[in-house]
Amino acid sequence: MKRYSGFALAREALRGHTGWRRAWESPEPAASYDVIVVGAGGHGLATAYYLGRNHGIRNVAIIDKGWLGGGNTGRNTTIIRSNYLQDDSAAIYEKARSLYESLSQDLNFNVMFSPRGVMMLAQTHHEARGYIRIANANLNQGVKTEYISPERVKRLCPIISLDGPRYPVLGALWQPRGGTARHDAVAWGYARACSEMGMHIIEQCEVTGVRTGNGRVRGVETSKGAIDCAKLAMVVAGHCGVLADMAGFRLPVESVALQALVSEPVKPCLDVVVMANTVHGYISQSDKGEMVIGGGADGFNNYTQRGSFHHIEETVRALVETFPMISRLKMLRQWAGIVDMTGDRSPIISKTPVENIFLNCGWGTGGFKSIPGSGWAMAELVASGQPGHLAAPFGLDRFREGRFIDESVAAGVAH
Amino acid sequence: MLRLECPYCGVEADETELTPGGEAHLRRYGPGSSDSEFENYMFNRFNPRGVHFERWRHSYGCGKWFHVARCTATLEVFGSYKAQTLRPPGSIRARISSRRGGGKPEQG
Repeated sequence: MKRYSGFALAREALRGHTGWRRAWESPEPAASYDVIVVGAGGHGLATAYYLGRNHGIRNVAIIDKGWLGGGNTGRNTTIIRSNYLQDDSAAIYEKARSLYESLSQDLNFNVMFSPRGVMMLAQTHHEARGYIRIANANLNQGVKTEYISPERVKRLCPIISLDGPRYPVLGALWQPRGGTARHDAVAWGYARACSEMGMHIIEQCEVTGVRTGNGRVRGVETSKGAIDCAKLAMVVAGHCGVLADMAGFRLPVESVALQALVSEPVKPCLDVVVMANTVHGYISQSDKGEMVIGGGADGFNNYTQRGSFHHIEETVRALVETFPMISRLKMLRQWAGIVDMTGDRSPIISKTPVENIFLNCGWGTGGFKSIPGSGWAMAELVASGQPGHLAAPFGLDRFREGRFIDESVAAGVAH
Repeated sequence: MLRLECPYCGVEADETELTPGGEAHLRRYGPGSSDSEFENYMFNRFNPRGVHFERWRHSYGCGKWFHVARCTATLEVFGSYKAQTLRPPGSIRARISSRRGGGKPEQG
């Protein structure tokens, strides 16, 4: 693989850009691997990358029924933040955010991480108290956030209407090093780095069965034939229940649609990410000028990647109240991802009832921001068979033991 | 937009008139049950990609809970029935079988 650099760009410019190579190979599956990662989204690719980089395990296949990064990795609103209440959450989300800071250099691929700052608006007194509590918790956890005044909100985000007919802005939880990244580039960058380490990325390869024997995993049946493996990592978000069913166990997860939409592009007018959680809407402006808008998840089990229209209506209505200038923007595209929701709204990084099957799921509405940290912790678990300090609190056994990591209200995000 | 018929008042209601309530026909375990029985009842779900038996409440209508058989992969609705039903009724099962080429429902 050739490194991307200013020099490489100049060289290719001089010879008509004829020297660029594919960023990753597309091999046929081998008969057997040390580790098979099911799911070539951000989390699966990051798991494989850190398996190779941190643990020296490179006989790895990453298989996906569709195309690389075509699930939730390509369907989110690209927001990165780590302002969670519970210590266990703050540790893994802050690990992810800090890895994003240097990810472009690590991968030699520009993921366009833009730490433009994330503000979560407090629009009720209850919410204001909640965010002051989170700011204090973050101070203890070493996560840099602060609770800011409405005047500061207006300075950071001039297009906001503080007075709001229903919900005036009382303040905000501000994380200055939160922001956004280019979601496709994160998947592509990890894929290129995995391919360079000799790992096999196999797209259009659907898992149709999981072979086990004596309580251990033996391999997977796929649409491209049977593949043996010593260890299996299931990293498939919305479809984790379907895959777990093939391996013979159930999960504390329900899959629902979460929608997002983008407007026509306009000139730069919003250089922070704003989340308005009371009214269920969040917004940022992409580098192309589109307003990227997300809202609340649908309430019923759904695998169709289409959401209900009334959720879009509610989200847009809420944002028009807070940002009156967007009221005449046309919306260009709308889509949904299938998110895997757990009861405590925290993820699962865990061993499973079948030996050597490892599970990474349950990121729900907050998967993109956590990709590097999730991959880091999952690689540790798969490599050693035991969770490290980041993954340990997120085991499946926490449900049996009643040891929840309750972020359903604390995170204040639109669930 | 989903449209479901409330089996109590007979209204075909829009999704905005209803509240989803998750998987139906859960067998409840309380004091005296084992940890894994309680965990299974409280947290673990079938979450199928296919036929799903689920609870809905006619919140902005008669207010009653009822059950629906619906496909989560196509949003096809096979019918609704009253909440005081321990298993999906034969008529609903027959409709699922006839539309799904004799395949058996995943749960219930």
